[in-house]
Amino acid sequence: MRFLVALLLCVSLALPAHAVNPDEVLDDPALEKRARTLSLELRCLVCQNQSIDDSDAPLAKDLRVLLRERLKAGDSDKQVMDYLVGRYGEFILLRPTFGPHTLLLWLLPFVLLAAGAVIVVMNRRKTRQAAAQEGLSAEENERLKTLLD
Amino acid sequence: MISEFGHFALILALTCAILQTVLPLYGAYRNDGAYMRVAEPAAVMQFAMTGLAFAALTHAFIVSDFSIKLVYANSHSAKPMIYKISGVWGNHEGSMLLWIMTLALFGACVAAFGANLPRDLRARVIGVQGLIGVAFLLFIILTSNPFERLDPAPFEGRGLNPILQDPALALHPPLLYIGYVGLSVAFSFAVAALLSGRVDAAWARWVRPWTLAAWMFLTAGIAMGSWWAYYELGWGGWWFWDPVENASFMPWLVATALLHSAIVVERRGALKIWTVLLSIIAFSLSLLGTFLVRSGVLTSVHSFASDPERGVFILLILCLTIGGALTLFAWRAPSLKAGGLFAPISRETSLVVNNLLLSTSCIAVLTGTLYPLVLEAITGAKISVGPPYFNLTFGIIMMPLLLLVPFGPMLSWKRGDAYAASQRLFVAAILGFLAVLVTWYVMYGGPVLAAFGIGVGVWLIAGALSELAWRAKVQDRNFKLAWQRFKGLPRSAFGTTLAHAGLGIAVLGIVGVTAWKAEVVAVMKPGDTQQVAGRTVKYLGEAPRTGPNYRDIVGRFEISRTGGPVTNTVEATKRVYFPSRQPTSEVAIRTYWSGDLYVVMGDEVGDGRTVRVYFNPLIPFIWLGTFIMFIGGLVSLSDRRYRVGAPKRAAPKPAEA
Repeated sequence: MRFLVALLLCVSLALPAHAVNPDEVLDDPALEKRARTLSLELRCLVCQNQSIDDSDAPLAKDLRVLLRERLKAGDSDKQVMDYLVGRYGEFILLRPTFGPHTLLLWLLPFVLLAAGAVIVVMNRRKTRQAAAQEGLSAEENERLKTLLD
Repeated sequence: MISEFGHFALILALTCAILQTVLPLYGAYRNDGAYMRVAEPAAVMQFAMTGLAFAALTHAFIVSDFSIKLVYANSHSAKPMIYKISGVWGNHEGSMLLWIMTLALFGACVAAFGANLPRDLRARVIGVQGLIGVAFLLFIILTSNPFERLDPAPFEGRGLNPILQDPALALHPPLLYIGYVGLSVAFSFAVAALLSGRVDAAWARWVRPWTLAAWMFLTAGIAMGSWWAYYELGWGGWWFWDPVENASFMPWLVATALLHSAIVVERRGALKIWTVLLSIIAFSLSLLGTFLVRSGVLTSVHSFASDPERGVFILLILCLTIGGALTLFAWRAPSLKAGGLFAPISRETSLVVNNLLLSTSCIAVLTGTLYPLVLEAITGAKISVGPPYFNLTFGIIMMPLLLLVPFGPMLSWKRGDAYAASQRLFVAAILGFLAVLVTWYVMYGGPVLAAFGIGVGVWLIAGALSELAWRAKVQDRNFKLAWQRFKGLPRSAFGTTLAHAGLGIAVLGIVGVTAWKAEVVAVMKPGDTQQVAGRTVKYLGEAPRTGPNYRDIVGRFEISRTGGPVTNTVEATKRVYFPSRQPTSEVAIRTYWSGDLYVVMGDEVGDGRTVRVYFNPLIPFIWLGTFIMFIGGLVSLSDRRYRVGAPKRAAPKPAEA
C-alpha cells in the first residue's frame, strides 16, 4: 500500500499541475462557482498538500467530477462535504473540523497570544515596582535634605 | 583523485571545528588569551577546508565524473553548465555540504570582522559557531558522504530532476541557506552572552547586522521560491502553505521579530532576556526546518532524502542544540538585569506588540505544520491542515499587526503621544480610506474584505513615507530646510521606510491576486480566441522544438486588448526532458501594471488543445514588495553605526538621560 501511494505520488508529481479540465466544467456558472470554492477545501488524497482544484492526479479529477455530480443532484454545500468525509474520512478536509481532537490546533495560537499579552502586562507591573523600590530610602532622603539645605 | 582531496578536506574541517570549539571556549572560561586566540585561525581554516571540499564536489559535477555516486544520480553530460553547477546542491548530500560551508563562512566572517568585539565574547561566539559545525560535519561525514564512489563507473548520469533545472531554483537554495545559517550567528551571540552573563547595547548592536543580513537573504530566498512556484508549477499559485515553505517562513517571522526587539536592547536596554530567547528560537526553527526537509518526515517535493537514519541524526542535533541552549537560558537568563522603563504608549511598547504578534503568528504556522504529525503519532487519526487553516489563523493575527505598523516609528521612546502620532499619520489614514472607497467603487460587487485589504496596503505605504516626511519636518512648510534634513537622515531611517513600504506593496499584490483572479479554461484550436479581464488571447498554433536536453511543443498566442490591435505574441510550451522523460510546462507570462496575463498549455484534446488563461491582478507587486524589503535591509545594513562599529566599551547611558 505504501509503495502504491509512493508510486502514485511520483506519477502525480511528474505531471505538471493543472486545475479543472474543460470537460468537467458545469454549464450552470453559479453551480460551477460553488464547485470551485468547495474544491479549494478538499485535499487530493494521493498528493501532498494539494487541493483537488490544483491537482492533476486522476483521483483529483474523479473527486472533482464526483463533487459536481452531487451538486447537480441538488446537494447543499454541507451535504456534499459530509458525503465526502463519510466516504474518505476527515483527511480529505484541508480545513480541519473544530472538535476535541483539534482543540489545540485551533486554540493554541490564540491562547498563547492572550498569555503573551498577560505576561507583558505583569512584567511591566513588576519592573515598575522594582524601579519604585530603587528610589531613595528614608535615610538617604534625610541625608539629601541636609546636603541641600 | 580530486574528490578524495575533497573528502579529506572535509575531515580536516571537522578537526578544525573541534579545535575552534574546545580551545576558545576553554580560554574564555579561564580568561586565557593564548587559547582564545585560536578561535580566528581555526574558524578561517574550517571555512577554507569546507570550501575546498565544496570546490572538489563542484569540479566532479562540472567534469561529469560519474564514478562519484552523487554525480551519477544527479547529473547528465548533456545538461547546460549552469545546471551542472546548481546540481551540486540539488540533492541531499551536496545541499548539506553547502549548508556547512555557509556555516563556516559565517564563523570566518565573525573572525574577520569582529576585531572590535570584546576578546572573550568573540572567542565564545566563534566557539559556539564551531560546535554547530562539529555536529553537522559529523552528520555529513557519517551519514551523507557526498564523495562516495561507484565501481565500475557508469557511462552516463541519471540527470537532475527537471523541475530543479531553472535559474530561480538554482539560486533559491543558496539564498535560503545563507538566511537559515546566518541566524546561527545570532544564536552563537545569544549563547555567548548567556555564558558571559552580559547583554548590553554593544551586544545588541553586534547581533543586529548579522540578523539583518540573515533576514535579507531569507526574504530573498523565500520570494524566489514563491516566484519559481508561480511560473513553474503552472497554475498561478504563489504560496501553498506547504510544510517546506512553512519551514522557511517560520525563521523569517522570528528573525523579523528579533530585528525589532534588538533595536530595543540597543537603544533602551530593555527586552534583553526576550531578545536572547528569540535569537535561540530563530536558529532552532532553522534547524527544525532542516530536520523537517531532510528527514522526509513530511512527504514533499523537497525531501529528496527520505532516510530515517539521517532523520534521527538531525533530530539528535536538534534536541541537543535547542535543549542545551534552552537549559543554559533557564539557568543564566535570570541573572541578566532587566532595564529600561517605558510607558504603555511608547516605541518600546509598539515593538513589544510587534514581537507578540509576530511570534504568535509563527506559532500558528508551527502548530498547523506539526499538528497532523503529532496527532497521527498519538491517536492514529489522520487529518489535513491546509491553506484554509493558515489563511484564517495567520490572517487574524497578522491583520492587527499590519494596521499598527505605521504607528511604531511615529511614537517616541520611553513615553509616546498617541494623539500626536495619529496626527502625523493623518494623511496616510485619509489615503488608505480613499483607497478603500475607490476600490469598492471600481470593483463594485467584489469582496468587501478585498477593498479593505487594498486600503491596508496603501496605509502601510503612505504610513512608511509619512515617517520620512515627519522626520524631515515637512509639516513646517520650509521645504528647502526639509530637503536638507531629508538628506541628512540616517540610512537606517530609509531602511525602515523601504522595508515597511515594501510590506505594503506586497500586501497589495497578495490582496489583488487573492480577490480578483480571473480564469478561463477551454479547448482551443488554432485561430480560436478567449477573453479574460479585458484582454483577448488568440491561439496561433503549435510547433515542435528541440533544446539541449529536452523537447518542446511550443504554442504561440497573440495578446491584444479586447477590440484593440495585437500588442504581443507569447509562447507557452509543454516540455519533456530526455533522460527522465519527465514532462514540465513552461507558462507564458505577460506582465502589465495591473497584473499578469498567464497562459498555460494543457493536453491535446481531439484536434485542439486545453489552454488555461489566467489574469492574476497585481501579482508582480508581491515580488516587487519583497525586493524593496530586501533593499531596505541592505540600506539599513549600510548605516553608519554598523560601519563604524560599536564603541569598545559602550558607556551605559543612564535611563533618565
